[in-house]
Amino acid sequence: MLENLIVFVLASFIGFEVISKVPQTLHTPLMSGTNAISGIAIVGALMAAAMAGGDWAKWLGFAALVVATINVIGGFMVTDRMLQMFKKKEKN
Amino acid sequence: MIETLIDIAYLVAASFFIFGMKRLQSPATARQGNRLSAIAMFIAVLATMFVADILTPVEMLIGVVLGGGIGLLLARRVELTSMPELVGALNGFGGLASALVAGAELSRYLTNDSSAQASTLAIADFDPSVGITILLSVLIGVVTFSGSFIAVGKLSGKISGNPISFPGMRLLTLLLAAGAIGAFVMVVMNYSTILSEPDPILWSLVGMAGIAFFLGILLVIPIGGADMPVVVALLNSYSGLAAAATGFVLDNTALIVSGALVGASGLILTKIMCDAMNRSLLNVLLGGFGGDADDSMVSSASQDGKSINQTSADDVAIMLSYADQVVVVPGYGMAVAQAQHQVRELADLLQSKGVRVKYAIHPVAGRMPGHMNVLLAEANVPYDQLYEMDDINGDFDNTDVSLIIGANDVVNPAARHDKASPIYGMPILNVDNSRNVIVLKRSMRPGYSGVQNELFFNDNTRMLFGDAKDSISSLTEEVKLV
Repeated sequence: MLENLIVFVLASFIGFEVISKVPQTLHTPLMSGTNAISGIAIVGALMAAAMAGGDWAKWLGFAALVVATINVIGGFMVTDRMLQMFKKKEKN
Repeated sequence: MIETLIDIAYLVAASFFIFGMKRLQSPATARQGNRLSAIAMFIAVLATMFVADILTPVEMLIGVVLGGGIGLLLARRVELTSMPELVGALNGFGGLASALVAGAELSRYLTNDSSAQASTLAIADFDPSVGITILLSVLIGVVTFSGSFIAVGKLSGKISGNPISFPGMRLLTLLLAAGAIGAFVMVVMNYSTILSEPDPILWSLVGMAGIAFFLGILLVIPIGGADMPVVVALLNSYSGLAAAATGFVLDNTALIVSGALVGASGLILTKIMCDAMNRSLLNVLLGGFGGDADDSMVSSASQDGKSINQTSADDVAIMLSYADQVVVVPGYGMAVAQAQHQVRELADLLQSKGVRVKYAIHPVAGRMPGHMNVLLAEANVPYDQLYEMDDINGDFDNTDVSLIIGANDVVNPAARHDKASPIYGMPILNVDNSRNVIVLKRSMRPGYSGVQNELFFNDNTRMLFGDAKDSISSLTEEVKLV
């Protein structure tokens, strides 16, 4: 538990460092992109869905898997769609 | 051995996430960064599926296909103008996923199938810290879920953008918070009898989910439309924290690291949004500030004996055509009118006549962080023409015309000097320093803060009333004629 806490705190510091330099222009893609990253819960969902536990565990895991996949696929795709619009001066 | 492999894969994934987020520091590398994060996610998923040898159940494939299909559809089909709603909804799904995983984990403890004990996915003994982290994960996850969907409702206009409150709301919130604490206590008191007497544990979980659901609603409904950027950023942070909490439950480093990164990023955005409004987070969360302006708030066209100056499209067109520098200041009104393409057309035309056109973007313009930037990017406005507040404020002295399109409170000079104003102290765009200010507006309605804008009564301000899209189109036509 303590180890996990250390990892959590250190990772938060990295997050603060990396993100505080993101320009305002990219705030929306930043949100949707990081949101897709928070879909990492999909890893937990996979484990839960595959578990030989009771029916409840299975169904909760299945629901988690569906929702987490929406989050991951939707998040990364929509971020990509937004970012491809951000262009410097056009060529003409 | 297998577990080491999985852990290494997770470490690689976490590092890629950090690199990916780092590339978001510049629009030139951002797309690549996002792809790097997506690859990292793929690595984590693959490692979990193959290395842990849990590829068999058909349900899993169905789940991935179903969720992936919905995600794909949402990402492709949703109009870019509905981006705030989509981002909010995805936040909600993220929170819900974390909560569901925690719930599934608890039901594994409750059934404690001995056949699973031998596999790599065996679970440790149930102890108070596991119980607390599961409940915490459900609490944050479900609050994120219900709060996000209320925010989506507000952003799409299905729920009133006005702050909603009712008598006893604060008390109800406190009672729910007390109930949540009660659930924690119940788990700690009953953890040792989880197998013989699972009911107290089960009910504390169900109770927590219900409490969190209503808590999420109560946290967002009192917040007014103008404060939505803060809420969206905060919910983004919550979705990360929920994933991190689930990581504690599963003892999974990948979830903890990624969750912490997202939590930190959301928190920074929240702080930037709060600073841009000169308000504390607590002040925003307590709510009751600003909402959708309605007709009863229409105030007179004069103030302190000064009156507004109305103008017409042909006058403005002449002014724009002979300017050296024009600064466009977009606000939520531009988003509502969907006028970004027309704005770009006008800017192109002016640029071809040798006018320098810049865009000034206030951090809280619109309904989510970076809202204006996305809309203008959609209209193909190059991002190097977009200026942040601090970079452009000194430049208004050299500006011939500031064109205010549907922005209001963020250009109200009262924020600088009127201590009685509710927006006093909020950093604003100093458009009143430019030689001429043209305000495109539908009517004399005040902004979301509910205060009248003294900018409109300045001698160098001209008002051009009408729908932003129509006004800009007719401006473009007139400029062509000059």
